[in-house]
Formats: sequence, structure tokens, C-alpha cells
Amino acid sequence: MATSTPVRHAWRALIGLLAITAVLFGINALGVYVFQKSSWTPELALDLQGGTQIILAAQTEDGAAPSQEQLDQAVTIIRQRVDASGVGEADVASEGGQNVVVQIPGEADEETRQRIESTAQLQLRAVLYTGQPANTFVGEDGNSTPYPTPDPSLPSTPTASPTNGSDPAWITPALQAQFLAYDCADPQNDPANAPADQPLITCDSTGSEKYILGPVELDGTSITDATNGLDQQNGGWVVNLKFDAQGTETFGQISQRLYGAQPPLNQFAFVLDGSVLSAPRMNGVILDGNPSISGSFTQESSKALADQLKYGALPLSFTVVSSDTVSATLGSQQLQIGLIAGLIGLALVAIYALFQYRLLGFVIIASLAVMAVLTYVILCILAWRMGFRLSLAGVAGLIVTIGFTADSFIVYFERIRDELRDGKTITGAVEDGWSRAKRTIYISKSINILAAVVLYILADATVKGFAFTLGLTTAIDILIFILFTHPVMQLLARTRFFGSGHPLSGMDPEALGAVYRGRAQFRSPAERASGRAARSRGEAARRQTIAERKQAELAAQKGGGDTLTAVKEDED
Amino acid sequence: MATMQQLGNNLYTGKTSFPFVGRRRLWFIIAAILVIGSALVPLFRPIQLSIEFTGGSQFTVSGLSSPDQSLASGAVQSVVPSATARVTTVGDSAVRVQTDQVSPDESQQIVAALADAYQVPTAEVTSSFIGPTWGADVTRQSLWGLAIFLALTFLILALYFRTWKMSVAAIIGLVDVLIITVGVYALAGFEISPAAVIGFLTILSYSLYDTTVVFDKVRENTREDGEISGRTFGESVNLAANQTLIRSINTTVVAVLPVGAILFIGALLLNARTLSDISLSIFVGTIVAAYSTLFVAVPLYALLRQGEPGVKERDARVLKARQRAVVAA
Repeated sequence: MATSTPVRHAWRALIGLLAITAVLFGINALGVYVFQKSSWTPELALDLQGGTQIILAAQTEDGAAPSQEQLDQAVTIIRQRVDASGVGEADVASEGGQNVVVQIPGEADEETRQRIESTAQLQLRAVLYTGQPANTFVGEDGNSTPYPTPDPSLPSTPTASPTNGSDPAWITPALQAQFLAYDCADPQNDPANAPADQPLITCDSTGSEKYILGPVELDGTSITDATNGLDQQNGGWVVNLKFDAQGTETFGQISQRLYGAQPPLNQFAFVLDGSVLSAPRMNGVILDGNPSISGSFTQESSKALADQLKYGALPLSFTVVSSDTVSATLGSQQLQIGLIAGLIGLALVAIYALFQYRLLGFVIIASLAVMAVLTYVILCILAWRMGFRLSLAGVAGLIVTIGFTADSFIVYFERIRDELRDGKTITGAVEDGWSRAKRTIYISKSINILAAVVLYILADATVKGFAFTLGLTTAIDILIFILFTHPVMQLLARTRFFGSGHPLSGMDPEALGAVYRGRAQFRSPAERASGRAARSRGEAARRQTIAERKQAELAAQKGGGDTLTAVKEDED
Repeated sequence: MATMQQLGNNLYTGKTSFPFVGRRRLWFIIAAILVIGSALVPLFRPIQLSIEFTGGSQFTVSGLSSPDQSLASGAVQSVVPSATARVTTVGDSAVRVQTDQVSPDESQQIVAALADAYQVPTAEVTSSFIGPTWGADVTRQSLWGLAIFLALTFLILALYFRTWKMSVAAIIGLVDVLIITVGVYALAGFEISPAAVIGFLTILSYSLYDTTVVFDKVRENTREDGEISGRTFGESVNLAANQTLIRSINTTVVAVLPVGAILFIGALLLNARTLSDISLSIFVGTIVAAYSTLFVAVPLYALLRQGEPGVKERDARVLKARQRAVVAA
């Protein structure tokens, strides 16, 4: 008996489930201990941990909807801005083909907001001076001393009026002092909105080089295209630019001026949002408007720069669609309420299950417990791999699915009971009930998953979180149904307690009205159906309507046929 | 619960039977009244749309010992004199203030003024600003989602059940659920917020799920009964609904319990508007879905199939055989 096929199947399924669980925990453990990126608690969304969410609509200059590439570029631009404002752990993502969602833990101050909303600007400026990003110097005492805050009395107007964008006359003593004291990492320094006709102190985007740049000589709109490619002559990756007619002319003049000038005056800087993307040296006079930037590029870095130049060239502006601040106390309070509600809901479901299905209720409770464990670890992994964050709507989704999940067990148990009512043995009823219940479960759960997928694809961020948890738990539900609930039932059916249909087992054939014939012996359905041409009809045909029952009773009065009402014939 | 089990037994054998199909005219009239009633709710109780749909600014001050609404209007008007503030108390420790759209700048000042007026730290004041287009975007996308979902479901059910009539019955049942749920939701005086919309979308999924489970039993009964069944088509359908009745009851109870817990706790300890909006719509929707499957979708399916030649023929044969049996007796 112990090695009969269903039992072997059951054990195999349970071991499979154990293996899946172990693998999932292993993956997360790897994330926690080896990569140090994951954690043993799921990440919470902004509405649960408090913070600010700003949704921005990106708009192109001509008012057309931005392309996906432009939107990606907008995300990159905004991410750089948020990072530059010193906000850690910000989450920037595009959404719905039109919006950019910025999520910032804590409250966003006015400056950060303004910085995020401002229009993206690509400027081309000549380099006047470069230096190390340090804003300290090592004095005679051998200690590192910060450069002093510039003395306001220093002259800040050029002695001689500068003749062009590369004229060193732009560098006044005041500018010189500011440059020395300039801290690339200080969010107070915001070069993005500096005046275009004045020199600018700024750094490159990695903060490894500090520049004084001349006034703006060309802006991004003069660049019509930027692509990356392989340099045919020298090898290596390059970025190829194309200027429009006006740009070609201006750039030609600049290249004549810069070519052969003393370093760093021969460098020309591409500045996006006040941060230097690239400042190549002018290696020749370029009059055709098709310069290329070479250097130690890889394919990726040349592509990245080309994209930045290409899409940064189109001024994207951002309008705030919605902005939402949730205080941390409110968030944690709501999470708490959600969790308490979930636990109470779970307890009520457990009590009801025990009430309805007696000890079988424990199978429901155990299945829900396995489900909880699997869902939890999967949420941790998803937080790590996909940046999934649990929102309040997501929590609601999880709680709601407690009830929806328990339904698959109810369908199964009711089927088992139906089979018992037909007089099958308990092991038989578990198998037949399963083969019928699983069809129902598969089709109805696929409707649920379909709904979740459609919602996930089409809906906005709030609905996404909910749809995701709904879909995820439905999928886990099916898995548990196959790998846990059914195998456990198969095994339980072979225990004395359940197999003999103990009144407390929830599978008591007597209470279920099965036709009973002595201890643990049931008439086979075929026997009961004999006398009728019903052998081939399947079980449904053996159920009767009132009319049919009356008919059968009439027949019984006449000739003693078999009645199919729920009558206990023999009580043992 | 012996009575429930006994009921289950009786329903299974047909000893007890609820006339879902038999009295369908009555059920359809009731359903029509419910649907029309729900559709009329907005006439005397206009549907409130939350600011996510109308656009505007909202502030919530939480952590108060005694929420005094009058302080809020003063605080808002000290910043924007022309603004009218709609102030509502949320639970017993928070106040919600809604205004027309104010600039981000003013918004910051209102937060400070509110914190000052209620003497709480600014961290206790939350603010949201929603542009008027957001709600429209979300609504449009939700409607698209709905249309695509319904089309796909129609197809899948038609393929699985091999008859489009089940798809039609299921989807009409679904529309019925949706209208009644929104009606009850509006009647309760709740605002329609994005959370409520999520709830309605969940109900779509749940309602179809519920109908599918019952229809699968209907499919099984009507197919297996086949030619030599002693039941008319309508009787087979009705038996299936009765045989799954205990499942329907148990499922509804089990689905409603956790949602009820959220609703109750969310309403009691409030502030969690998202939770109470979601749970109210799901709470109502789950119950309506169970009702609608049994009293609308099932009888409708029987009605749709009734006129088919095969079904007619079979019904006639069954009735004739029954007649003969009675006469023989």
C-alpha cells in the first residue's frame, strides 16, 4: 500500500515542492549574502514607507508625444538630476509611454522639485580652464585645507572685454577663486540654469574633472543627429555628430579658432543640464558640420554618449501631472492596519474552514501557510531582481487573494464529497475528485491570471502593483494546489483517521449520505446503478431531480427497484 | 455543521432544489430592478469622484487628538485667500482638506500653515497634487483594459466550453455585477477613487472566475447526461447550480471574510482610504458576483440554449418519457 502509485506520486510532488522552496530561499540567500543586494523583507513602496511621488509628463518642443527613446532619455536625465540633488535611493522610471515617475523617500524640497521639472538643455561651450575636482589644497603645514569662500570684493568683471568664447579674459579673479572652492558634490551648486552668456564653472557627470567653460556658443537644437560607429582608419568606437546649416557654420568658425590652441583652450565641451558630457580636443578644422568624437570609447559608452547628445539635443520639458507626499507615520500606520486586517481575515477563514470541513480545514490552513511562505520569499527576490515594491494596493491584493485562494480547496473538497456521496471509497474519491476539480481550477484560474496580465500591461502604477500580486498569488495557488494540497490529500486518505471516514475528518461518508454497507465497505457505483441502463452514463446521470426521484419511487413500489435517495441502509 | 452537510447532500441528490432556472422570469425581473435601481442612484446621489479624477490638491493632517475642522479652512485661506477648502474628518485622528489646484509653492505653504494650525510637525501633513488629466488617462486606460479583457475572456470561454452562449451569459452576468456594485458603492457615499477602480477591476476577474466554476459543472452535467438523461436541459443546468451551491456559499463566505476584515478595520482605524475603498468595492462585488452567477448567468444560459433544435428535441423526449411513466403508474 505504501508504495502504491498515488502515494509515490504524492511524495514526489511534495519533495518537488520542498525543492522549489529550497531553491527560492537559496536564490534569495545568494542575493542577501553573496551579492548583498537582496534582503529578507520585501521592499515597500512609497505609500507604505513614506515619501514623495512625482509624476511628470515629458513634452517635446513641438508638443508631440515623446518617443520611447526620448522617454528613456528623459528618465536618464531626471535620474541624474535627482542624484545630483543628493537624494539617495530615488526611483525613476517611465510609465505608460508618456510619463516619468519619480519616487523619492522622504519629502522632496522645493529645490529638488524645481530641478526635476526644468527643461533639459544641451549646450556647447568652449573650455577655458580645467583642473582636479579637489576643492582643498595641501598647505605648507602638510594639512589639507579647503579653499576659502571667495572674497566678494574680488573683481568679477573682465579687465578687457572678451573677444570670443575662448578668451581667457573671461576668467576674473573672482571666478578663479570660485573655481578653486567649487565642490562638485555639493547639491547647492546647480549649474543647470546658469546664464548662457556667462562663463560657467562645472564638473563632468562623474565628478572627476572640474571646468571653467566659456559662454554658450551653440545649443543642442543645432545638432540634427548623433550616432556611434567604428572609426574606419584608426579603429575604436567614435561618436559621429551632424550639425544643421547654422550649426555647421558656427561650429566651423569655432573649430578654426580652437584648432591648434594651447590646451585646454583647444577643448570643446558638450554640456547637458550643466554637467559636462564630453570635452574633446579639436583635432582639425571641421567645416562640413560632421565632426566625430574619438577617445577611449567602448561600444556601450559611445552609444550612451551618442544617445545623450541626440536626445538631449531635443529640449524635453516636464510638467508635473501629479505629486503626492505620504508621511512615514501614515505609511507605516496603513501597513500595520493592512497586516492586522490580513491576520484577522486569515484567522476567520481558518475558523470557517475548520467549521465546514472539520480536520480537513487544517489542509486548507497548511496550504495557505505554504502559500504565505512562498509568496514572501518570491516578493523578496522580485524586490531584488525587478525592483518590485509592495504598495498598499498590493497588500490589499494579497489579503483579498487569501479568500480567492481558499476557493480552489473548496472546489476540490466539495468534489471529493460529491464522489463520496456517490459511494466511492475515500481513496477513490480523492483521485476522482481531483481529476474533476483540476479542470475547473485550471480554466477558472486562467481567467484570473488573464485579468491580472491585462491589468498589469495596461494599467498605471497603482493598479500594476495590485495586478502583479493578484497574478502572482494565483500562479502560486495553482502550484500549491498541485504540489501540496492534492498530495497531502492522497496521503491523508490512506491514514486510518481519514481513510475510515471518522466523523471529525470532514470526509464522513455517512454524514455525506453515501450508501453504506458495513465497516469501510461501500457499494460500488455500478452496483447501485444496476437495474438501470445507467452503467455508461457517468456519475452525473445518477443524480436525480425531484421528478426523477418520484418516478423511481413509483417504480420501486411496483417492482422493488433500487432507489437512489440518500438513505443509510446499514449502520455499523 | 451537520445541517450544511445535510443541505449539501440534499442539493446533490436533488432532494432539495432551488429553482434557479425554473423561476427565471422572477429572477430576471429582480435583476432588472436591481440594475435599473443602481443606474438611477446617481440621480439622487451624484457619484463623487475623488480628486485623482477631478484634479486638485489634497492635504491630510494625521496624528490629531481632536480633529477640529474649522482650523483647516483658516490655514488654507491664510495662504490662498480665494481658495475654498472642503474639509472632512477622517477617523478620529485626522483631517482631510481638499482644494482646487494650487501651485507647488502654495502647496508647501499650506502644509506649513496646516502644521502650524494643528500644532503637529510638518511630517504629519501629507499633500498630493493631481493634474486634471491624470484621472482621464487612467480612466481611458482602464476602459481599454476592460475591453481587451472582455474580448479575450469571451474567446477563451467560448473555446473551452465550446459554446459562445456561455461566454455571453457570463459576460452579461459580469456587467450586471459591475453596475450593481458601482450602484451600491455610490449609495454608500464613498468617493470613486483609483483604489475603488482597482476594486471594480478585481470584481471583474472574480465574477468571471465564479461563473466559470459553476459553468464547468453545468458543462459536465449537460454533457454527461447526454441522450438518455431523465432530465430536461433546464433541469440539468439547474441541478448543476444546486450541486455547486454549497461551494458558492463557502467561497463567498471565505472570500468576504478577509475583505470584511480590511473594510471593518480600515473603517474603524481609518485613514487608510485606499484599504477601505478597495475593500468596500470588493466586499459588495463578491456577494453580488455569487448572486449574479446563480440568478442571472445560469438561467440566462438555459434560456439561450432553450431554442436550439437539439435541446428542444431532447426536452420533448424527456417530458414524453416522464408522461409515460406517470401514466404507467
